[in-house]
Amino acid sequence: MIRLFVPKDVSALAVGADRVVKALYEQVGEGVQIVRTGSRGMTWLEPLVEVETPQGRIAYGPVAPTDVPGLLAAGLLSGADHPLRIGRPEDHPFMVRQTRLTFARCGIVDPLSLDDYRAHGGLEGLTKALAMGPEAVVAEVTASGLRGRGGAGFPTGIKWKTVADAEADRKYIVCNADEGDSGTFADRMVLEGDPFCLIEGMVIAGLAVGATKGFVYSRSEYPHANVTFAEALILAREAGLIGPDVLGSGRSFELELRVGAGAYVCGEETALLESLEGKRGMVRAKPPVPAHVGLFGKPTVINNLVSLASVPVILAKGAKAYADYGLGRSRGTMPIQIAGNAKYTGLFEAAFGITLGEIIETVAGGTLSGRPVKAVQCGGPLGAYFPPSLFDTPYDYEAFTARDGLIGHGGIVVFDDSVQMGAQARFAMEFCAIESCGKCTPCRIGSTRGVEVIDKIMAGTEPAANMAVLEDLCQTMKYGSLCALGGFTPYPVMSAVRHFPEDFNGSGINAKVPAE
Amino acid sequence: MASKTTNLVAVWDPNRAAEIINAHLGLEGPALPILHGLQAAFGCVPSEAIPMVAKALNRSRAEIHGVVTFYHDFRDAPAGKTVVKLCRAEACQAVGGREAATFLLASLGIGWGETTPDGAVTVEAVYCLGLCAAAPAALVNGEPYGRLDGMSLVEAVAEETQP
Repeated sequence: MIRLFVPKDVSALAVGADRVVKALYEQVGEGVQIVRTGSRGMTWLEPLVEVETPQGRIAYGPVAPTDVPGLLAAGLLSGADHPLRIGRPEDHPFMVRQTRLTFARCGIVDPLSLDDYRAHGGLEGLTKALAMGPEAVVAEVTASGLRGRGGAGFPTGIKWKTVADAEADRKYIVCNADEGDSGTFADRMVLEGDPFCLIEGMVIAGLAVGATKGFVYSRSEYPHANVTFAEALILAREAGLIGPDVLGSGRSFELELRVGAGAYVCGEETALLESLEGKRGMVRAKPPVPAHVGLFGKPTVINNLVSLASVPVILAKGAKAYADYGLGRSRGTMPIQIAGNAKYTGLFEAAFGITLGEIIETVAGGTLSGRPVKAVQCGGPLGAYFPPSLFDTPYDYEAFTARDGLIGHGGIVVFDDSVQMGAQARFAMEFCAIESCGKCTPCRIGSTRGVEVIDKIMAGTEPAANMAVLEDLCQTMKYGSLCALGGFTPYPVMSAVRHFPEDFNGSGINAKVPAE
Repeated sequence: MASKTTNLVAVWDPNRAAEIINAHLGLEGPALPILHGLQAAFGCVPSEAIPMVAKALNRSRAEIHGVVTFYHDFRDAPAGKTVVKLCRAEACQAVGGREAATFLLASLGIGWGETTPDGAVTVEAVYCLGLCAAAPAALVNGEPYGRLDGMSLVEAVAEETQP
C-alpha cells in the first residue's frame, strides 16, 4: 500500500487541497491510500502532497489539480524528480531552522488517529503526570519557565499553583482558543492538526490543579477546526482519555467545546469567562483574578491554547529540556506565525532569542511583492509596527516591551512600502471601536475619538495641535482602560506615528478607508 | 461540508424553537449554544424566540436581548442565500485585501453587511479567519478561499451561488 499525505488544514483547503485530492483519487488507481493530515506550516507551499518512500516522506508543492497527471507520469508515487519536488520536508531550510516541540506532530500525523498520536510520542506526558502526582506536575511546569502564549506572558506554573491551592468544591480548566489576532493561526493549526495534544495538555492541567471540567472556547470563524476538534473529543472519550476514569487512574475529567460568536474582546480572559457563562462578553475588573474567582465564580485555570498544548512535551521531555531553549526569562519555544506580504508564509516554531531581522529577511524571505519591507506588525492588531531599523530586536517578551512593542500570540504581519501608515493607525482605532465591549470609557469613547482625530491630522486640519490630542488620547487609553483592547490599541497607533511621521503629514493620501 | 446547507432556513416555529432550547438546558452556561442553535435553524435569532430563551434561563428579556446584540454573529433577519465572510484585518490588508473587497462590493453594488436586493448575496466583514498565511481570505458559504484578488473573489462568489 502506497501512502500519500495531503493536508486538510483550512489554509490548504483555501488554496485547493480538496480538488488535488479528488484529482489524485481519480488518477492514482488501486493500492494508494490518501491520509489527510494537518499542515506542516509551510503555507506558501500548500497544497503540499507527500508520498511515503523508503527514503522518508517526499513532498511536492504547491500542487494544482492540473499538475497531478504530470506528477504521476514523472513518478510521484516513488518520490521521483519533478519541478515541484521539494524533497523531505524536514530537510527544507524553513524546517531545518526550527525547533519543533509543541508542533512536533502537526502535519505529520493523522489528526484523528490516537494510534498515530501514541506512535509519535503522544500521551507520554500524561502517563508521566499520572505517575508524578499533582504537586510534582505543577512544579515541573513552573520549572520549565512556560509563560502564557496568548500574549500576557504570565508564568503558567504560578497560575496553576494558585488554582491548586484554592479550596473549592469545583474547579475549571478553560482553554482560550479565541484566536482573534490577525496574523495568528497557531491555535487553529493545533485544533486541526494535533487536537489530542490539546486534550492531553488540558487533562494534565485538570489532574494537576484538581479540576474536573474543562472548556475549549473556540471561534465561529474557525468552522473547520471546530469540526475536527469535536470529532477528536468523541474519540478521546471513547478511548478513556477524558471521562469519569482518565486512562484507568480513577480520576475524572470532562471536556467540552464551546464556540464564540464573533466578538474579538472575548479573547480577553475575563470577557471569555462571561461569554462562557452566557452573558455579554464584558471585561471584568481584576482582582479577583480568575485563579481565585473564575468561571461560575470557581477557581479557574484559563490558559492560551498554545500554553496548554506545550504541557505534554514539557512533561514528556522534562522541564529542563524545555527551559534549555530560549533567552532570559523567555524559556522554550514560540510558534512564530509569518503572515501578510511575506514570501515564505507559515508557522515557524523557534527558541526565543532569534532576531526579528532573521525572521523577516531569512526565514520569511522578505516580501511576496518583492518590494522593500516598510513595516511589520508584531503581536496582532494591538501590537506595534516595527520599522526595519528595529530588526535587531531579539524575539523575547522583555526585549519587545523595551521597544514599546509586544510579541503577543506570535503573529508577524509583513507590509511592503505601498502601505500608508496613517491608514493603518486609523484602522487600529476603528477596530477598537468596533470590538470594544463598552465597559470602560477610555476604550469605548477613546477609540471613536481616535478615528476622528486621525482623520483630522490626515486631512491637514491643525496637524500639530491634533497630533498632541492624539498622543494625549493614547496616554489616557493606555493607562485608563480596563483591559488590553483599549490599553494596547495605542501601540499600533503611536508606533506608526513615531516611526513613520511622514505618513501623517496631512497630505490626506488614502487616509480614508471605506467606513463600516 | 456544512456549507451548502447553511442557509436552508426554516420558517418560525415555536415548537422547534422550544426543542432547541430544551436540548441545551443541561449545559453549564447554555445561552450561547442555544442562540447558535436557533440561528442555525432559522437563519437568525427570531425576536419571538427571545422571551422563550429568557423564560427557560430565568433571565430577563432585556438581558437576553443584550446578549444577542452584543455578538456580531447573531442576526435579527436571515442573510442572503450566499454569505461571504470577508476578512478585513491587517494580514489581508497587507496583500491587497482592501482592494479585493472594494472590487467585490462594487460588483455587487452593496456595502459591508448588506444583502443584494435579490437576496442572493450578503457580504459580512470578519476580522481574521486564521488564513493569514494565504491572504487575502474569505469564507463563501463556509468554503475557504485564499490568495484572493478582486477577480478571483468575484469568481468564488459566482461559483458558490451556482444552484
